[in-house]
Amino acid sequence: MILSALNDLLYGFSVALQPANLVWCFTGVLIGNLVGVLPGMGVMAAISILLPLTFSMPPVAALLMLSGIYYGSQYGGAICSILLNLPCHPPHAVTCLDGYPLAKQGKGGVALGITMLSSFAGASFGIIEMIFFAPALVTVALHFGAAEICSLMVLGLLVGSTLAKGSPLKGISMTLLGLLLGLVGTDINTGIGRFTFGIHELLDGIEIVAVALGMFGIAEFLKSVNNVRPIDTSHTHIKLRDMCPSRSELKQAAMPMFRGTIIGALCALIPGTGPTIASFVSYATEKKLSKTPERFGHGAIEGVACPEASTHSSVQGDFIPTMSLGIPGDAVMALLLGALIIQGITPGPALMSAHPDLFWGLIASFWIGNIMLMVLNVPLIGIWVKLLAVPYRILYPSALFFICIGVYSSTNSITPVILTLAIGIFGYLLLRLGFHPAPILLGFVLGPRFEDEFRRAMILSRGDVMVFAEKPISAAILCLTAILIGYQIYAAFRNRQAVGGKMEELDNSLTVEE
Amino acid sequence: MSRHIRIREYYAGALMVLIGIGAVLEGSSYKFGSAAQMGPGFFPVVLGILLVVVGILIAVTQQGAAEARYTHAKAGHSGDEPFDLKGGTAIIAGVVSFIILGDFAGLVPATFSCVFISAIGDRTTSLKGALTLAMIVTVLGSVVFSVMLNVQFPLFRW
Repeated sequence: MILSALNDLLYGFSVALQPANLVWCFTGVLIGNLVGVLPGMGVMAAISILLPLTFSMPPVAALLMLSGIYYGSQYGGAICSILLNLPCHPPHAVTCLDGYPLAKQGKGGVALGITMLSSFAGASFGIIEMIFFAPALVTVALHFGAAEICSLMVLGLLVGSTLAKGSPLKGISMTLLGLLLGLVGTDINTGIGRFTFGIHELLDGIEIVAVALGMFGIAEFLKSVNNVRPIDTSHTHIKLRDMCPSRSELKQAAMPMFRGTIIGALCALIPGTGPTIASFVSYATEKKLSKTPERFGHGAIEGVACPEASTHSSVQGDFIPTMSLGIPGDAVMALLLGALIIQGITPGPALMSAHPDLFWGLIASFWIGNIMLMVLNVPLIGIWVKLLAVPYRILYPSALFFICIGVYSSTNSITPVILTLAIGIFGYLLLRLGFHPAPILLGFVLGPRFEDEFRRAMILSRGDVMVFAEKPISAAILCLTAILIGYQIYAAFRNRQAVGGKMEELDNSLTVEE
Repeated sequence: MSRHIRIREYYAGALMVLIGIGAVLEGSSYKFGSAAQMGPGFFPVVLGILLVVVGILIAVTQQGAAEARYTHAKAGHSGDEPFDLKGGTAIIAGVVSFIILGDFAGLVPATFSCVFISAIGDRTTSLKGALTLAMIVTVLGSVVFSVMLNVQFPLFRW
């Protein structure tokens, strides 16, 4: 098994090392890194803006670039957290706790150096996890029928939305809304236009770009305009040689790095728990294990190493269910799947054998991309630091133009831009009402496939809903879903009564730090 | 929990209930079918009913209130910043101008007005700054999208 995996990996490298793919991978990680550093720019917005540009690219190149943006932004996000104390990217919120105090002590360079090392270690482990785990998962999933796939989708949809952020109920409502949005357009089975309200352009369905850019672009700008606090760049003077950690610092960081990596890798396997949860859990674990927990929050190097390692190993692990089952764990993965669907590739267990170049090329490109990021970040740190100071007043008008032209170019017509604006205003309303719209995209991407598989399962069982409980694998998946959801609801209620959950504790220390 | 957030949760739940009812009404105009042979109306109606139920639960359980308390503590993420009338209007007007000018006048005027109008929404941007930014984005945008990427969007429509 190891031999065949190595063989496949070698093949992957031969794909990823093709000059064109190499260039796209580089472009992706560079843009990702840039976006991660820019305060006020989200990775979702960046991927959606660039999504229309990939329509004319070959599928492999498109996927390599878009994924590169995702993991590249994680490197940039850490810089933002450590030097500015701005948790612009949720997984790196914990890194602020110890990273910023380190920066204030003039050790920002070391913190960044450790971050780079931890990130690379974490990412490498996550990639290895994917190499061995994804094919195994595919072997199992290939035996799945419509009922099992349906249950898996329910798991992905519900767990993804309840664990993501905020109240589980609101998360579920967003998923349902996404599923409804996904229904808009012509019904494939009967040819009837649904929810088109007589608008001819809606017959083809809503463009994924319009949903993503409305929700994560325009809505975010409406929320942030004139509400972004001025950025304090007083601790951002980093010299190249500061970045090299000393031997004792390395020793201090080694074990937390290792533990963080493992926690991240495990979190990647539990559906719905993405990098954000992984980083919070690993920080809490490290603090508990430490002999000197009082140093945490005041510039402990372990407090930077462990969450960064776990974030990155979890980010890479996130790709496992997406690529092997076709079920995305979060909104970013949903967007990547959307990109594949636009390219005419059906995600699912068959993807690995039908498009081995895509699958193994992607894995190989992860490694190449992560090495590029390491190499990029060391000499370019000075430039990134300067970019931290790019004001929001320049950022959002330019981004708005990119949104408009990006949506326009997806169909070469102006109608989707109108739709995007409408979705954006609606998205702002949702944000104001305390919803986190990310699960909408999950529902939107999975919706059509879910309906299709559900119909098929029901036809096969002659309308008997019990089929989902009678098939053992399907029943097990549904049980797992019920347990995870039940725990979520239980935790939400407990959290409401007793103030002092772990997350809350961490959040409080975040405010104290300010 | 503050009254303000409780009311917000009621509105949040109500909005979901409304959308759910809308989906059920619209969905029931399509053929419903049976469980074994589902019509196009089956899914919309079921989803709509679920959305109504979840909406009611949101309003009744007030779970979001607990969440609001701890996101409130998070740096820069209170989520309750008041709507910035100037900035918000400028952003919406900017996109609207892109839509209208894009349809009648071409990429260059559309880009310029979109960036310019949205930029003046920021309270720290001067008129000159907005003009400069709009000019730079227009030039770069036209070169990148029209010339390099060959997007089918005439620079000027006469």
